[in-house]
Amino acid sequence: MEKSRPKVEVRHLCKHFSAAVGGKEQRTVALDNVSFSVNEGEIIALAGMSGCGKTTTLRIIMGLEQATSGTVEINGKAVEGPGFDRGMVFQHAGLLPWRTALENVEFGLEIKKIPAKQRREIARHYLDLVGLGDFANHRPHQLSGGMQQRVGIARALAIDPEVLLMDEPFGALDAQTREALQDELLRIHEKTKKTIIFVTHDLDEAVLLADKVVVMFPRPGRIHEIVDIHIPHPRNDAIAIRGSEEFTRKRYHIWKLLKMSNAMSDERMLTEV
Amino acid sequence: MMMDRISTVSRTAAHKRKAARPVLKMEYVTVISVILVLLCWEYFGRQINPIFASYPSAIALAFWKLLKSGALVKAFLESIQPLAAGYFLAVAVGVPLGLLIGRYRIVEAAINIYVVAGYSTPLVAIMPLFLLWFGLGFAVKVAIIFTLTVFPIIINTSDGVKQVPKALIEVGKAFVASQQGIMRKIIIPATIPYIMTGLRLGIGKAIIAMIIAEFFSSISGLGGIIINAGNSFQTANMFVPVVILMLMGVGLTRLVGWVERKIAPWQQGQIAREE
Repeated sequence: MEKSRPKVEVRHLCKHFSAAVGGKEQRTVALDNVSFSVNEGEIIALAGMSGCGKTTTLRIIMGLEQATSGTVEINGKAVEGPGFDRGMVFQHAGLLPWRTALENVEFGLEIKKIPAKQRREIARHYLDLVGLGDFANHRPHQLSGGMQQRVGIARALAIDPEVLLMDEPFGALDAQTREALQDELLRIHEKTKKTIIFVTHDLDEAVLLADKVVVMFPRPGRIHEIVDIHIPHPRNDAIAIRGSEEFTRKRYHIWKLLKMSNAMSDERMLTEV
Repeated sequence: MMMDRISTVSRTAAHKRKAARPVLKMEYVTVISVILVLLCWEYFGRQINPIFASYPSAIALAFWKLLKSGALVKAFLESIQPLAAGYFLAVAVGVPLGLLIGRYRIVEAAINIYVVAGYSTPLVAIMPLFLLWFGLGFAVKVAIIFTLTVFPIIINTSDGVKQVPKALIEVGKAFVASQQGIMRKIIIPATIPYIMTGLRLGIGKAIIAMIIAEFFSSISGLGGIIINAGNSFQTANMFVPVVILMLMGVGLTRLVGWVERKIAPWQQGQIAREE
């Protein structure tokens, strides 16, 4: 694989918020110098406890928020707002309730101005890909949470983005459905070879899915360590992977980091008080 | 996936069961209720001096006479034309204005104060001015109906826009929708139930406005029959247009409800009601 230029290059992202707390203007540093790069076809997890800026980082990459300083480049092109080169999967699927599953998948294609007939074909293809071919005419309220998120994934893939961005995509699902969808995502990745960046607070999920886990610490939100996960693709046997030495070792390592992050922030809160 | 599928299947089944529930049963309850009320009215109404009150059979007879004379049809047509014109004008102005007020803070800051003032002022108070401005004919009726109807439509629409979940608007942004695209593909469909509520409330307002207009401007239409019959103590005749207005109100409101179910069927699955 050619690795001349990374697919996604995140450079020195900083994000400051100003908020009035008790009448006093208080500045919060949400992100402090966040840099990492993602190669073509890689799966990257942004992991960390709440407040570490992982979702903010993802939203800046999507162009939904602006960084105070720093840049994001996709294929060497600077991100200045949302674009069809990135497809976003939202935490609670974010389906439009008045549209059927198929029409939801067509949403981005309509905005991309793909002709109706072609649009329908593409949408069907991706709905089949996520295993919901038989549910094309169901409305979101007739689908389970897991199925809704599958539609969300299909919608993001349908615009054929360079990068798939996922904001805690399986966080709202029950354990069984979550595992099914994790397998599903690996399978989809195998087929499409998309570059994927996803946010999670679930350790197992991060290690199981990702090639690199970006471990972030809060206050200020920053990268503590980027952990490489050396589990070869295709990762189609989740049971074997979970039992493997690499999985247990890396899981333990990241768990320790997060534990440390937790202890640090507890300590800081005590000293702040 | 298995679990996924099973839960959905049972959900869809529950859905079907609910849909198959005899809707007619509720209709029967309504019909029986109406019959009971009419019977009571007939019984007690007959014991009162016909100048002070009337009863269903007398009203039915008066209805027949007015219909045969042609006066009723003429009055109905006189009333329905400004009603339709004023109502549709209010919808055409109120819905877009409500969308803009709900979506853009700057429009809200500029316009909303008049909407609130207009909604809370009893507009009967400015009737004399309206007569000066628009005369006694068709125009003044349309103006009055418009003025009373437009505000609830604006308010419901703009409230609806404010209720659109931020998450859905972000979906639009993430998929590179323009402001116009977000309005058309997300805000308007999400607001339809609220717009429909506005349209329903608007019907009641429009009918009231129509009668007020007929009382105060040239005495004509159904309101005219009410005034003339009332002044000559023909109480049964007076009730004829009143009953027609009631039926119109119920019928038109149901029509809007039917249209809503047609264009926003997804709403149905999200409402829980007791039998």
